[in-house]
Amino acid sequence: MMEKLVVIGAGMASGRMLEHLTDANAPYQITLFNAEPRGNYNRIMLSPVLSGEKTYEDIVTHDADWYQSRGITTRFGEHVTGIDCKRKIVHGQNGAVPYDKLVIATGSAPFMIPVVGRDLPGVIAYRDLDDTNAMIAAAQPGAEAVVIGGGLLGLEAAAGLQMRGMKVTVIHLMGHLMERQLDPSAGYLLQKALEARGIRVHCKGATKAILGETHAEAVLLEDGTVYGADLVVMAVGIRPETRLAVDAHLEVERGITVDDQLRTSDPSVFALGECVEHRQQLFGLVAPLYDQAKVLASTLMGEASAFQPVQTATKLKVTGCDLFSAGDFADGPTREDIVFRDPGRGIYKRLVIEGDRLVGAVMYGDTADGSWFFGLIKDQTDISQMRETLIFGPAFQGGGSVDPMAAVAALPPDAEICGCNGVCKGRIVDAVLGGADTLDKLRATTKASASCGTCTGLVQQVMALTLGGDVAEAAVGMCGCTDLAHEDVRRLIKAKGLKSMPAVMQDCGWTTPDGCAKCRPALNFYLLADWPLDYHDDRQSRFVNERNHANIQKDGTYSVVPRMWGGVTTPAELRAIADAAEKYNVPMVKVTGGQRIDLLGVKKEDLPAMWADLNDAGMVSGHAYAKGLRTVKTCVGSEFCRFGTQDSTGLGIRLEKLLWGSWTPHKVKLGVSGCPRNCAEATCKDVGVVCVDSGYQVSVSGAAGMEVKETELLVTVPTEDEAVEVITAFIQLYRENARYLDRAWKWTARVGLDWVKAQVVDDPDQRRALVARFDLSQSVYRKDPWAEHAKPGARDEFSPLTDLRLEAAE
Amino acid sequence: MMAQATEWLDIAALSDIPQQGARLLRTGAGCVAIFRTHDDRVFALDDRCPHKGGPLSEGIVAGHTITCPLHNWVFDLNSGQAQGADEGAVRSYAARVEGGRVLVSTEMLTRRSAA
Repeated sequence: MMEKLVVIGAGMASGRMLEHLTDANAPYQITLFNAEPRGNYNRIMLSPVLSGEKTYEDIVTHDADWYQSRGITTRFGEHVTGIDCKRKIVHGQNGAVPYDKLVIATGSAPFMIPVVGRDLPGVIAYRDLDDTNAMIAAAQPGAEAVVIGGGLLGLEAAAGLQMRGMKVTVIHLMGHLMERQLDPSAGYLLQKALEARGIRVHCKGATKAILGETHAEAVLLEDGTVYGADLVVMAVGIRPETRLAVDAHLEVERGITVDDQLRTSDPSVFALGECVEHRQQLFGLVAPLYDQAKVLASTLMGEASAFQPVQTATKLKVTGCDLFSAGDFADGPTREDIVFRDPGRGIYKRLVIEGDRLVGAVMYGDTADGSWFFGLIKDQTDISQMRETLIFGPAFQGGGSVDPMAAVAALPPDAEICGCNGVCKGRIVDAVLGGADTLDKLRATTKASASCGTCTGLVQQVMALTLGGDVAEAAVGMCGCTDLAHEDVRRLIKAKGLKSMPAVMQDCGWTTPDGCAKCRPALNFYLLADWPLDYHDDRQSRFVNERNHANIQKDGTYSVVPRMWGGVTTPAELRAIADAAEKYNVPMVKVTGGQRIDLLGVKKEDLPAMWADLNDAGMVSGHAYAKGLRTVKTCVGSEFCRFGTQDSTGLGIRLEKLLWGSWTPHKVKLGVSGCPRNCAEATCKDVGVVCVDSGYQVSVSGAAGMEVKETELLVTVPTEDEAVEVITAFIQLYRENARYLDRAWKWTARVGLDWVKAQVVDDPDQRRALVARFDLSQSVYRKDPWAEHAKPGARDEFSPLTDLRLEAAE
Repeated sequence: MMAQATEWLDIAALSDIPQQGARLLRTGAGCVAIFRTHDDRVFALDDRCPHKGGPLSEGIVAGHTITCPLHNWVFDLNSGQAQGADEGAVRSYAARVEGGRVLVSTEMLTRRSAA
């Protein structure tokens, strides 16, 4: 009598196993349950079905005839309601079936994020043919779709819907697409390619709710963004479908736990596919599932066999996006990177090497060598001999190392090196022979590489060839990650529309994966100053003071300085400050040079509560820690002073209320004096106003720190409104053009005060445009950071993760 | 070398620590900083710069380095060694991520006796 084998689930893994068993005429009487009313089809090909490139018929792997010819009893469209392991019976909706051996292949279920509106019609997961058909039915050309989840599945869904004429937006929780397979640089290139095809991508987007009365209409994000959506596809991830196994009291962790023979905790019950967990690992790609199918078929036929997971590679199945990732590409202490970037052609390759072995590869734009690299990873080939040329692929191996200078040496004298300024190799050689032996001198004489800067490397190679290798290294780069100077990077950010950190690092050819402590704060400022609406401030790229919105002291405590507009306060504010000082045991209360009160020695974990108390009394952050607007120091002016010519206090308050919250390349301090006696010491500030009878003398670029410098007169204007306009324009010009960490005086020394005057004084249109851009930026940044971080949900990060002192005592 | 196997302590979810950021653990012998790098690896180091005692957890995390917020000393997160011209080291502890959880070696609980 033949043994009875029952299989639950007709997916790709169990389908392959049944092929192996029936090909070998294994002596089993087989019953196959499937909840879907059909047999096995190639789920990987659902995206071409969605996009219309294939039909369901094209992707069926096992039709009714196949099951019949193999003698398999099919119970399709029937849910299994329970497994009785003791009596060895599977209960289906239409009756029970006894088994000798049972295989659970229930696959995985899509993870639905628990937001309001997820049950509305029009919200679909993307997992099986029914989902795909529902999406096709909903895909009206011109209608809007939102795909939640920017992983492999979500992007395939997005591309398919877009090919059906829908307007598609992808919302992804993480900072870049496909973060499990790609690093940020490759993720950025992928995003650019998708955007070029008309798919909108919103990274760092957390879905808050799906809106709609009777049907999905829109998706609301935590940051308040709303995207219209006639169709919402949830593709945030999958989890193993383990409900039947749990109910049957089989051992289940994240998936159904199996041993190397795919046996569960019950010796007669086996499991395979996406529902299993093998040595703490889950499986989602098809290659290891096919291996499992082979092992389980052998096990069921009594042959010795053991499952060993192998490395897998990923390729994205979206036409036009050439993408490859294999192995482990995380950085590691003993690992080294080889990075190749070609910004012009949108190519990015990164190889991760450990010892003499290649362990990971990420490629974008040119993946022709992907399978070769994958082979090196799988076979653990010793690559020490070809390391220097490894990244160029198999075509460059075996011929000795390539001399990178050879290509440049072979260029004819009329070859154009700098495209921006039309400088050819011959002119560079002539200039170098004429004495231009540094990059700066060469730029001054020929302008080669002086514009966009992308040819700097090439220019330096020509110089090195001409000088015989002795190029005086001009340290122009903003840090060790790039040879580009701050100004070059700023220009490229604007010219190329680079709106994220990975975008800058890719398009400017950064040599490190995620920058360094020097360039990251600078890039963060440049991006938020140039793209206030598009770029989101990156806290992790901020110095500690700006990350914690307080000034760190030598012992790791912080100082807290609430804003006092124009140096004016009230008894109520002073009382609130006194209360906070006592409540939080502030060791020192000090009056600052900027006319406000400093509470020194506050513990980090007390900051949010203290801020909340000060907020309750109507006070906001004084940004005493920021590369941004600090104080506006004033004297009492015409309101009280017998010499005062104008309302200097009022103007100071007005300026501070206008400018506060704005981030600048370095700190910005203002002073407004009511008469030339200058009690507010306005003439050593970044911007100083001295009121006179006839109006307002606006002067800029003073300093009273390491350097002491008197301000220089920018302009004298008759009205307060004009003074405010010209000051705002000056600060915006500084924000848009200065190097990070250059005070205003340093910047005006570089660009010349005449140029500044030409922009903000002589050209009224330019002045108004600068003010308009400042106002736009302030619509985002003029807000109190204390209020945000004092919110109950935002406080956690200010306290320790865990206190282990109790456990240590045990 | 001790042959004893490392014992692990589950302290938090990976998502509790910001990417390119750090959080603190209080222990009987001072604070330990748990860092999470851009590629989602975690590292545990004493939260005290050997130079002037700066809290390393408040520095900028880039690649596998941490820059002290007080005077910009840079340390390798894996070895705890100061980089560049500076000399010194911070004690580091074994830490790893498993199934979205952060595990640290229990060694740090008993380190007072070892130190």
